[in-house]
Amino acid sequence: MMTDDVTIPIDVGPVEIAQERGTPASAQREVVFDIRDLEASYGTTTAVSGVNLEIYHNLITAMIGPSGCGKSTFIRCLNRMNDLIPTAKIDGEVLFHGQDIYGDGVDPVEVRRRIGMVFQRANPFPKSIYDNVAWGPRVLGMKRDLDERVERALTQAALWNEVKDRMKKSALSLSGGQQQRLCIARAIAIEPEVLLLDEPASALDPIATAAIEELMHDLKRDYTLVIVTHNMQQAARVADMTAFFSLEVGDGKRTGVLVEYDSTDKLFTNPGDKRTEDYVTGRFG
Amino acid sequence: MAAARAEFSLSPSGHVRRRRIVNRTMESFGTLAALLAVGVLVLVVATVAIRAAPALDWSFFTKSPNLFGGPGGGISSAIVGSALIVGLATAMAVPVGVLVAVYLTEFAHPSIAGGIQLVLDVLNGLPTIVTGIFVYGLLVVGHTQSAYAGAFALAVVMLPLVARAAQEVLLLVPSALREGGLALGVSRWRTVLGVILPTTLGGILTGTVLAVARAAGETAPLLFTCSIFNPSVSTDVTHALPNIPVLIFTYSEQPDKTLHEQAWGAALVLMAFVLIASLTAKALLARSRRKLGR
Repeated sequence: MMTDDVTIPIDVGPVEIAQERGTPASAQREVVFDIRDLEASYGTTTAVSGVNLEIYHNLITAMIGPSGCGKSTFIRCLNRMNDLIPTAKIDGEVLFHGQDIYGDGVDPVEVRRRIGMVFQRANPFPKSIYDNVAWGPRVLGMKRDLDERVERALTQAALWNEVKDRMKKSALSLSGGQQQRLCIARAIAIEPEVLLLDEPASALDPIATAAIEELMHDLKRDYTLVIVTHNMQQAARVADMTAFFSLEVGDGKRTGVLVEYDSTDKLFTNPGDKRTEDYVTGRFG
Repeated sequence: MAAARAEFSLSPSGHVRRRRIVNRTMESFGTLAALLAVGVLVLVVATVAIRAAPALDWSFFTKSPNLFGGPGGGISSAIVGSALIVGLATAMAVPVGVLVAVYLTEFAHPSIAGGIQLVLDVLNGLPTIVTGIFVYGLLVVGHTQSAYAGAFALAVVMLPLVARAAQEVLLLVPSALREGGLALGVSRWRTVLGVILPTTLGGILTGTVLAVARAAGETAPLLFTCSIFNPSVSTDVTHALPNIPVLIFTYSEQPDKTLHEQAWGAALVLMAFVLIASLTAKALLARSRRKLGR
């Protein structure tokens, strides 16, 4: 497999320059996730295997690739969401600041508390807008200044101005794009360090998608973002680092593999692998 | 052109004609069966209402039965007793039933869940007279009959109904909501308590109301556990309390016309309660479906 050949650019400028779009200084950045030889399977089907990559602090890292290449499975491994699927099995290591989140004595609840997630389809609770955001902090014991916390989360999610006069209304009365931003507000209200976004805009129209993408740029200041998208343009627009996943067919089985991982610019303009090039130029997928 | 039109006919003939007749016949049989079902209900309601009419007046609802039979008196003590017994039974069956449903849908391994499901179905099919004898042996033999023994027997009848109803609405909750709760770093149980159960409240209430309606009319379990009582109004659940189903049964066996009328009256009260309960359940369910966005 190619994953061992993944090169992290070290010849980039200082961090300040690197924060400009397009030249992430991954080498200088703190490593949040160090994923080693990850393999995830459901029953006898291996969804994704042999993944080695590092995810860096305060960058947006995108996972792209064709349907069924295991990118969603992969991102769900990062906060132990796959634990909910009885047949799921994870091998390898997912080091979060050096600690294996699948190690002994690790509580998945504590993992998810630090690594939040936003899903493909907006899933607001059938509660009021306020309670959607306030429920997490309340349950987790962050009850001080709850109103300010809710307002801060909604402001960060660029939703405050639209909902501040109807906080007691049901969250289900919001539009799809607003619901998704509400889910983002809900996730950041508990102040996680990492936010995982599993195709957060795939069910939204272009305007709502643009709003979410803009929001991700703002969130980058405070959070480390990992996004799964099947939309290459979206990855090119928002991500600093991009990982390309593909399907490898062998013995009649299809397994997702990580093909290439690099800065977004490099991956899209000068890919190191033929498969990546075929995908980003639209010849496949 | 005109001649060409006559070469075929669009009116049915041969096997098409036969099929049409069969179709019509089956349709009318189906309609007839549906009418029959409605007819039976109408007949029952009308009979009970007509026969109950002479007994119905204000004192029927406010007075206790006449101690020595004879004219006058009412069924107030039986209404109070039934309400207490069924209320107690509900208080026992609903928490357990809902917890069973939560365990089955949220926590249990599928293979274990299947087994428990089967047990619930068997329990649901258990003849209530068997439940009655069981509770008689457990709580009455060696003690006395009591309202709580009766309530326990009714709770056994209600438990599978509440559990199955709760389970059905819990299964309707999209898994995205569970993931949403868990992704916030909230434990499974708190997610169930804070997100899942509030969503299903309407459905669980519906199941409860239907189970209450069913338990209110159960006679067999009460014959063993709560049938020898002082007819005056009482709220002491450690003794047998008068209740509507047993009252209907005993009065109908008495050689007294007014008691027969009172038995019909009590039957009407019971039926009206079940009817109102069912309608309430339907309304609650519709409300909870709307809440789930279905």
